[in-house]
Amino acid sequence: MIHVRKPGLLTTVQDLGRPGYQRYGIVVGGALDRLAARAANLIVGNDDNAAVLEMAQTGPELHFARETLVAWCGGDFDARVGNEPLPPDRAVRIAAGETVGFGFARAGLRAWLAIAGGIDEPTVLGSRSTYRRAGVGGHRGRPLVEGDELKVLPAGERAGLVLAALRGQHRRATTWTVRPDTLGQPAAAGVVRAVRGPEWEWFGPEAQHVFFAATWKATREADRMGVRLDGPALALARPREMISAAVNAGVVQVPPAGRPIVLLPSRQSIGGYPRLAAVAAADVRRFAQLRPGDPVRFQEISLAEAHRLYLARERDLNRVRTGLARMLG
Amino acid sequence: MPITPLGDMALQIEVGDTIDEPTHRRVQLAWRALTSAPLPGVVEVVPAYTTVTVYYDPALVVEAGAPENGVAAWLGTRVAERLKAPPKADKVKPRLVEVPVCYEAEFAPDLALVAKHAGLKPEEVVRLHSAQQYLVYMIGFAPGFPYLGGLPKVLETPRHAKPRMVIPPGSVAIGGAQTGIYPLATPGGWNLIGRTPLRLFRPEEDPPVLLCAGDNVKFRPIDRDEFARLEAAR
Repeated sequence: MIHVRKPGLLTTVQDLGRPGYQRYGIVVGGALDRLAARAANLIVGNDDNAAVLEMAQTGPELHFARETLVAWCGGDFDARVGNEPLPPDRAVRIAAGETVGFGFARAGLRAWLAIAGGIDEPTVLGSRSTYRRAGVGGHRGRPLVEGDELKVLPAGERAGLVLAALRGQHRRATTWTVRPDTLGQPAAAGVVRAVRGPEWEWFGPEAQHVFFAATWKATREADRMGVRLDGPALALARPREMISAAVNAGVVQVPPAGRPIVLLPSRQSIGGYPRLAAVAAADVRRFAQLRPGDPVRFQEISLAEAHRLYLARERDLNRVRTGLARMLG
Repeated sequence: MPITPLGDMALQIEVGDTIDEPTHRRVQLAWRALTSAPLPGVVEVVPAYTTVTVYYDPALVVEAGAPENGVAAWLGTRVAERLKAPPKADKVKPRLVEVPVCYEAEFAPDLALVAKHAGLKPEEVVRLHSAQQYLVYMIGFAPGFPYLGGLPKVLETPRHAKPRMVIPPGSVAIGGAQTGIYPLATPGGWNLIGRTPLRLFRPEEDPPVLLCAGDNVKFRPIDRDEFARLEAAR
């Protein structure tokens, strides 16, 4: 059992989302950085899709009734267990009765905390992800509040082995790490790679050029559905109404005012604005960490290159998965 | 039918370019062709007004045999084959779903405005709105939100310039040439002319929504008492 002493600014239970129901208007949602959630789960021996906690800006303070293994990945939070630092990207032993606090993000915006076994919530339409707008999924369909009690599913065998190794060596955390940012071929800081979108040709040459040339700034209009960017207005070559069609995380849609919106996993299933571009799946996670005013540039790549990046990252993650089987403390 | 990438994890099939019934029927047919049997690496298939979108996981597509440098082309070929040879058209008879709606003032803050815009009395708006049979073109925006076609031309009313912050769930509304029902308390700019006591989003049921793309819908006017009864019974 985990007791929520402080909920943090916006802490929700998330897994890898609720695919398969978009034709009913049900959003996919799930962890905004799927790779970070998967890496944290991998570290504590969970399935990739186990439910984790996603936090934003100010993290929660959690009291653990029982000894457990945890791991967190994401932005640079001032995380502590008792008075000790709680390092990211590795397995950390939490003793019965200890309190874990995440403080605030010194850089980046969000982080994902996996607990061995995964958070135990009923699945709704195949997922434990919080679907806030519909008030279902996650913990009672809403972000955590003070006093919430979270149950945890039984931990896997591997978590038990790692815990025993750490206990035996009187160590808090493993020396080995899994750093999501090093998997695959990450783009340079402040750069995300993108392919052309279905309505690319609707935009004039000027807008097409500016989109990939400009340095955009993240705005305050940002949530789990998307991030609006500020920069030069992007105009259509001639006025045109789009017939609403499907969108996806990473799609860059341009409303009439010309400021692009990058969609994130809790986007709607259908959108009505021209889709100028789409961020490579491997780079969508960058937008989960942008704060208002942070710069971002788009670098054009081909579809084949986007797939290559995605496949290279998956291969790295699987290599880590295999390698970890031999590592304990 | 052109197949174009929507980012690196989806392909969009362009079935047509106008919102009309023949295009809708072709969209439904294409959706059935693509979902009649699993396609390798495909996660889900989503129909819209004029398009069908196939979501895939590139790693699964490669696992199924696609070359790493030609994932989209490999999957696109399979999608195109499926579309060319659709499964035997099992004549799916569209469902007709009756949706009870209370058009009385407390549920219809914009009925007077719609009436004024149409040059009709509010009762005439209700009669016209509930006499028509509508087609669910697609579901989107919110869980179970139906985009309905078939609104009588005279009832077309522009959206509010400033959307309401919260629309009560079950609100029946007109936005431009469209009419629909808000399943959840969401922001929205359409004109509210009534409310249904039925739940449109039912996460515990299969399917988890009252209305699906391809359904026909009729609105049945009810009074406050019946609204209260149906609301209590749900």
